[in-house]
Formats: sequence, structure tokens, C-alpha cells
Amino acid sequence: MYSKDTIDFGTPAKPGAATVAVDIDGVAVNVPAGTSVMRAAMEAGIAVPKLCATDSLDAFGSCRLCVVEIEGKRGCPASCTTIVEPGMKVHTQTPKLAQLRRGVMELYISDHPLDCLTCAANGNCELQNMAGAFAITHFDAPTDTSNPYFSFDASKCIVCSRCVRACDEVQGTFALTVLGRGFDSKISAGGKPFMDSDCVSCGACVQACPTATLMEKSVIQLGQPDRSVVTTCAYCGVGCSFRAEMKGSQVVRMVPNKDGHANEGHSCVKGRFAWGYATHPDRIKHPMIRASIHDPWREVSWDEAVTYAASEFRRIQAKYGRGAVGGITSSRCTNEETYLVQKLVRAAFGNNNVDTCARVCHSPTGYGLKTTLGESAGTQDFESVEHADVVIVMGANPTDAHPVFASRLKQRLIAGAKLIVIDPRKTDLVSSPHIRAAHHLQLRPGTNVAMINSLAHVIVTENRVDEAYVAARCEPADFARWREFVALPKNSPEAMEAVTGVPAATARAAARLYATAGNGAIYYGLGVTEHSQGSTTVMGIANLAMATGNIGRTGVGVNPLRGQNNVQGSCDMGSFPHEFPGYRHVSDDATRQLFEKAWGVALDNEPGLRIPNMFDASLDASFRGMYVQGEDIAHSDPNTHHVEAALSALECLVVHDIFLNETAKYAHVFLPGASFLEKDGTFTNAERRISRVRKVMPPLAGKADWEGTVALAAALGYQMDYKHPSEIMDEIARLTPTFHGVSYAKLDELGSIQWPCNDAAPTGTPIMHEQAFVRGKGRFMVTEYVATDEKVGPRFPLLLTTGRILTQYNVGAQTRRTDNVAWHSEDTLEIHPHDAETRGIVHGDRVALRSRVGETTLHARVTERVAPGVVYTTFHHPESGANVVTTDNSDWATNCPEYKVTAVEVAKVMSVAAWQANFDEFHREQMRHLPARPASSPKGGR
Amino acid sequence: MDAGKLIKMANDIGRFFAAPAAAGPARDQALFGIADHIKRFWDPRMRSAILAALDAGHAQALDEPVAAALLAHRTLLTPVAKA
Repeated sequence: MYSKDTIDFGTPAKPGAATVAVDIDGVAVNVPAGTSVMRAAMEAGIAVPKLCATDSLDAFGSCRLCVVEIEGKRGCPASCTTIVEPGMKVHTQTPKLAQLRRGVMELYISDHPLDCLTCAANGNCELQNMAGAFAITHFDAPTDTSNPYFSFDASKCIVCSRCVRACDEVQGTFALTVLGRGFDSKISAGGKPFMDSDCVSCGACVQACPTATLMEKSVIQLGQPDRSVVTTCAYCGVGCSFRAEMKGSQVVRMVPNKDGHANEGHSCVKGRFAWGYATHPDRIKHPMIRASIHDPWREVSWDEAVTYAASEFRRIQAKYGRGAVGGITSSRCTNEETYLVQKLVRAAFGNNNVDTCARVCHSPTGYGLKTTLGESAGTQDFESVEHADVVIVMGANPTDAHPVFASRLKQRLIAGAKLIVIDPRKTDLVSSPHIRAAHHLQLRPGTNVAMINSLAHVIVTENRVDEAYVAARCEPADFARWREFVALPKNSPEAMEAVTGVPAATARAAARLYATAGNGAIYYGLGVTEHSQGSTTVMGIANLAMATGNIGRTGVGVNPLRGQNNVQGSCDMGSFPHEFPGYRHVSDDATRQLFEKAWGVALDNEPGLRIPNMFDASLDASFRGMYVQGEDIAHSDPNTHHVEAALSALECLVVHDIFLNETAKYAHVFLPGASFLEKDGTFTNAERRISRVRKVMPPLAGKADWEGTVALAAALGYQMDYKHPSEIMDEIARLTPTFHGVSYAKLDELGSIQWPCNDAAPTGTPIMHEQAFVRGKGRFMVTEYVATDEKVGPRFPLLLTTGRILTQYNVGAQTRRTDNVAWHSEDTLEIHPHDAETRGIVHGDRVALRSRVGETTLHARVTERVAPGVVYTTFHHPESGANVVTTDNSDWATNCPEYKVTAVEVAKVMSVAAWQANFDEFHREQMRHLPARPASSPKGGR
Repeated sequence: MDAGKLIKMANDIGRFFAAPAAAGPARDQALFGIADHIKRFWDPRMRSAILAALDAGHAQALDEPVAAALLAHRTLLTPVAKA
């Protein structure tokens, strides 16, 4: 297994080619210049005692346990803060050092409880490991158990400050501090219980703690793990690598993998702690079928379930036509599983009616980047941000949605890089400890293209284009057309100020900063894509980057921050109805023939239905059957009334999921799914990094999801003969040029691989478009601003925009079934104090949220995070009905819904909306239809 | 398929491709861009439905370049009948 993760070298590695030769206890070792003596010793296989040092943090020199003797030098310097010098001779074990260390340990132990045998860290405590003698004395201190996932027992604290430094130097939140001086020193979360503090529960402090002071409650409850398996987080698109630490088939804790290339040992509250959903009592563990959604479910065997589903799909196709059924792949499932679902649709259903949830999030990224750069993916690795000089974060809230990347970004900003935030909300990045954005372009929702065009106008008219780069790398005619377009006075910041609401001077200053500060990197999220002009904005971003020469090297680039863990992968795997794996159009004869030969069937050369088209086709009776794996379209997709009507009209809906989610309430067949802990496979994160998912426990329902799809395909008469997901990946590699060099063996060897991985790049491609763009010459696209049809007026004077928060994930099916509900038990509506006051609304009031398509109610949260005229909510709880209000408007190119712009009115009310009352009634009915089972919590709460 | 929704979708596509093209070769390119996008991304039943809407006299609901694109590239957009 590829992992040096369990070795703590004491101080961080120092990159560099120049090495220094030293002698440590008679062992010769060569290390990079700048390396500490402590790390050099570890590299030589010699462990120096330590407590305050750990290799994820800079040296601190506090504990005095790591002292060494160095020939020719006086005293006993701390090895963690002493840098190697050529020819240095170091002694780590001498009688003098032993005496010194013993004295240090006696001081620590004199202030520490002696309950090792009953302590949760017994056997895994660095203090215990270091102790040579014990003194019997301790003081009583209160234990802070307010955080649901870890406790803070001050009586065990040695005030080494690792936790404080981890919070500062790794997470960048600065929530912890040392209060008092000398013997009165104590670690504190700002003088408050952890739950009331600024702590974001990333777990970095728990990871850094050398004793049991900060300890996972799961370890206290279950004891120390006895084995570990390296796997990949199933939450956001950062794709963090974790060690699942196990006792038998029971997860004891998830520990971020220091060797994980996406996260380098860091984590967030979701990946680190919110994994308990995998064994939640709400899990459905048996296949079920029913004839009508108003019938009780009947538990059946896997064989009966897939046979019934297959017979229904074939009946529907016989009655309505081959194109009357389709499937939806999941960005929460593995590459291998999404590949199989699209293969089932194309080969067994015989059409291209396959789509994925990227339809409703990043499909404009695929279209926009492929059109301009030639590849439907971000250009950089995450590490690249550490070399950026100016960063634009547009329509993204990484501290909430991509927290581990945000920590990396924050460290770069603290070190001096400049930040431009383009967002209707004042996100945490705009102003947080030690970080302040140089410019916050607080634009009106729906005006992204206007904003981007005005920035481009400044760059072009003030002669800040990187002419040499453009001349060498881009299509000249397209560039000339674009330059002429953006230079038009109508695109100036002054002209666009009335549209965007952003002062022209601010826009000009931001454009100048991006164009002139050195390496310029753009990171963007769904605040860019989920608009009627989402694809246009993506192209506008690519235009900006090309014009300033900011693509093709480290520290720059165009970087979509993907929402779900495997959005990139599900798109790569051919989940779109117009594209085979590797983004090749179904009308391309050579590609289609390649797949026809491999799969042994004739394939359709016409694009199929996208998700919104499937809903429309359901309502016109040309689409009647759907297989949905691992998605909750009834909850996540816009205009809930429309979606519910479409799902209700289906004659066979097969839902393959771990929970009876909102979509499953409209299903006729339920296939029980497997969580990421129960299967093998791969995920691909936002930086195109393919990482292994490894099974740590058997599937609770007997089959991994890929096995369920294979069974369904067989019932449809199409055989898929795979014994292990590695064989599916081998097939993907054979058929997909960008994956040609990928295999499980290579993934085990390298840890992870960024595609393209092929003969030209056998170990992958961290940075794309280095010598030339994938399409050859970069293509500038004219990006005319077109106002959305969703306009405010007297009836609907406010603009609603939606998003998510740190502790919840997407539709909340997973996180609502964890203790993360302690932070976010309901969705609320953020409203500016001015808008609240004019409506007589105070904090906590129940308010109606009405749009042209629907109405729901939420509790108001009065805050200046939103600008006047803008309201904001999340969509993590189904009963909130955020998507009852959002509309059918969508991106012109891809049909990605315009979640970010809905004209609404808000008014104080006393009771829930009609939709919510109906939702509650339908939910109760569906719970009654489940077979008798342990008491389940309504709507997936704890 | 809901003709009104398809018309709106087609008009949205048209506003991207037609924006920089008023007349001449650029207009021809824009019309092809509209038709080609619909051909590459729309299921055949959707293409049939919008052509049917055009034939049924809904051209006035379509923006001019979109209607022109549908007329000029009808053959490209018409699904081939399959067994």
C-alpha cells in the first residue's frame, strides 16, 4: 500500500535540489538544504524524542524534549529548530541528553493525570510514549464536550500549542489561543466552549494533539483502531484522502492522509467526522418493489427486484418506443459505477437518455472550457494556488463548500497574495482573521457576464493584454473579434455599473490588479454556472485568463470548484446524453464504432434527453421509465411542482440509493445502495485527480452499486462480466484516451493520478495546456451580456440566490443523518436588515418566500451578508422547499438551471405553505408504506 | 414536448450565436451555429417538436435569426427515421 502516512518526520519537508551531508549518531545522511536536524534524523531512521513538533506544522521549539548535542557547538539546541549544516555531526542519545529529557518529562507528567489505562489515547499517546518516569499528581479541569465529535480535556493538556498552531497554520481559522502565562497557561477556544467559538471542527487540532486532550468521541467510545485503509472522501470536489481507521468492520475514525495529494493531511468537519450516516438506521438494506407509489413497499430478493424493473422497462419501450426510458448517473458514486450506468443506458436501453447531476451544476463548465480551451476540466492542481499572486474567487464560497482547498488558499493569502471576490454575498473570504479581500465586487445576481465584460474592457482598453502570449497561443481572428467587442463603450465598467451595481472604480482597480500582479488564478463555482448565461460566463473567464497570459503554468489558471465528490468523474465517464466517455460526441462515427465493437451492440448516434428534458418528456408521455442511481432529483432540481408532476407520471421509476430519499417516494423499485465505505472504485476530484475508493466494510445490502447495475443489465438481457471494479477501469482505459494509462496498480503505486494519463504523460498531468491548448489555439468567444428573463418588479421585488453551508452537503441526505445537524438543523432565509424592516420582519420570524412558480416558508435570518434587494437560502432540508420557488429558466447552452436568480417577495406569515403541508402528508404516507423497521427519523434528521 | 419551452430555449441559443452577427458571412455562420448547437444537444423528439412548432405558425414567437436558422438548416435538424 502506498503510504508513509504513519511516519511523523517532526518538521515539514524542504523542497529543493541542493542537499547537505550530515552525520547523525554515526549514520551518514543527505537531506535538502534547510532541513531540520530532527527531520534529517528521521530520514536516517533515527527518532528524536518530541512533543511539540509534527511535520504538518513549522517548528516551534517549545517542548525542549528534542534537544541534541552537535560537535563544535555549545549547549543542547532543539533539533526541530536547528537547521542542518554541511559536515555537521549530531548526537541524539547521550547521558546528558537523557538527564535533560527526563527532567522535562517530569515537569510535564507532574501536571498530567495518570489515567493512562482508562484513557482513550492509551497506546496512541505521544506523551505516554515519551514518558520514562511518572510522578503522581494532577489537577482537575473541566472537560469541554460541547462539540459533537471531539472532547477537550484540559487536565491532559501540556500546553504544547500544537492545536493552536494547527488552527492557525493549517486551517487558518485562528479559533484557538493560549490564555494566561507560565503555570496558568491554558488552551482556549477564545474563552468559550468549542461549539460557541469560531472553531469550524476541521479536526486539525485533534490531529495535532499529542495527548488525549483533544480526542475524537468515537475513539473514546470504541477504543483504538486495529487497522486502517486509505480511501477517498465522498463529500465535496476536493476529494480528500483519508485513512479509515477500523476495528473489524466498524469505523473508529477517519484521519486525513498526509500523503493525500489533494489535502496533504487536512480535512473538514464533513469528511473528518460526518461519516456516521453510513450505518444510520434509515439505511434501506433490502430491495423493494410496488405497483403504485400509493402502495406499501414489498421486500423482495435482488433477483426479483431487477427482474421486475427490467420487465417494466421493456414493457414501456414496447409501448412507447425505445427512447421512452433513461437513466441518471451519480456524482456521489464511483467512476466505475457511473460508467456502468451510462453503458447500461446506451447498450441495454438502446438510446442515449443518460444524464447526471452535473447537468444542474457544472455542465456549463464542460461546454465553456471545451469551447475555449479544448478540454472540459480545470487547468491546475490545488497546489498551484500556493504560487498565485492574485486570486479571483467568483461565485464560489470555498470556506463553506470546499473547505480544505479554502485553507490552502487562505494560507497563500496570509502570505501575501491578493484577493478579488466577485459575489453577491459577503462571504467569509471577503473579511476574516488575517484576510481581507483587496476588492469585493458585490454584483447583482444574474450580471456575471456584464461584470466579466467590464473587467475585460479595462484590460483591453488600458493595453494590459499579454500580446506575446495571445499571438503565440490563440486564434488571431477570434481574438481580434473579441477585442473589438469588449472595447465597445457599452462594456465599460462605467456603462455596466448600472447593471452590476459595482462601482466602476472598483471594477477598474480589480481588473488592473488581476492583469498586473503576476500569477493570476481564477477559481469559480456554481455562482458562475447556475445562470441563464452560465456557459457564457465560463467562456468569459477563459477569455480573461488567455488575454492576460494566465493559463499553462503553475500559479495561474481557470479552476472550477466542483460541487460533489465525483462531478468531474461522472462527466468524464460519459454521463451526458450527447457524449461518450472522454467527451466525444455520439455522432462521431469512429468513437461510436469503438464502443460498438467493445460492447457488442449497435449504438444510437443521436443525443438523448437531458434531465430537464426527461421531465418535460414525461409530461408529454414520450418518456415513462427512469433508473436513478445515487441522486435525489425530487429535492435538488428546480421547480419542484414540475419535477413532482413529471416523476408522478412515470410508470416505472427505479431508485438505487442508500436512503429512501425524496425521489424514492415516487419510485416503484428500490435497489439498496452502498456507501463509499462499502465498495471499491475511484473518484475524480476538481483537479482531475483520480483516487482510489477502498472497501472497508461489506455492503450492508449485499451488493456494491456497480454489482446492482450489472444485475439490472443482466435482467435486461445484456451481460456485463466484471469480477472487480479494476476490470471496469481497465475497460475505461482501453476506450478513453485521457485515461489510457490509468490502472488500479498504478493508482496504488502513485497514490493518485491527474488525467490525462497516457503514453505522453504516464504519471498524469498536474497542469494542463502548458505548451499549447488542448484544442490547439485558444479560442476567444464573444460574450454578449443578455439579461435574464427572471426580472424583479412590483410583485417580486427581491432576488433569491441559493447556496450551501459548511456543515451540510448538497441535499443533506448524508449530513442530515449525522451530528452536523447540531450546526444547521434547518434552512433559513438571509435577508438584509433594510428589506426586513420595510416588511416588519425580525430575526426568527417565519416568512413566506414567493416566486412566479411557487411558495414556501422559512425562518428569517436578518444579516448584512446579503446586499439590499437580495435574499439567500440553502437547500439541505427537503421540507424547506427552496426549489419549490426556483424556476425552469436555464443556461442557454446546457440547460443548467438558473438556481442563482429567482425574483421573489418575502412576507411575514404564521403558518407553513400549502406545499409544505402536502409534503408533510406525503412523507408520512410514504413512511407508512415502508416495511416494519427500527424507528426512523422523519426526513432524515438525527 | 412543450412548444413554448422549446421556443424559449431556442431563442436563448439564438441570442448567443446571433449577437455578433448582423449580416453577411457572419450571419450565415451564426445561423449555422444555432442549428448545429440544437442538432448536437437536442434529442430528436425535441428537434421534431420545434420544427413542428415552426410549421404550425409559431415563427413569430421565435426570434428572427432562430426561425431563419431552423428554415435554413431543416435537413440537418430533421431526425432520421429509425427502425
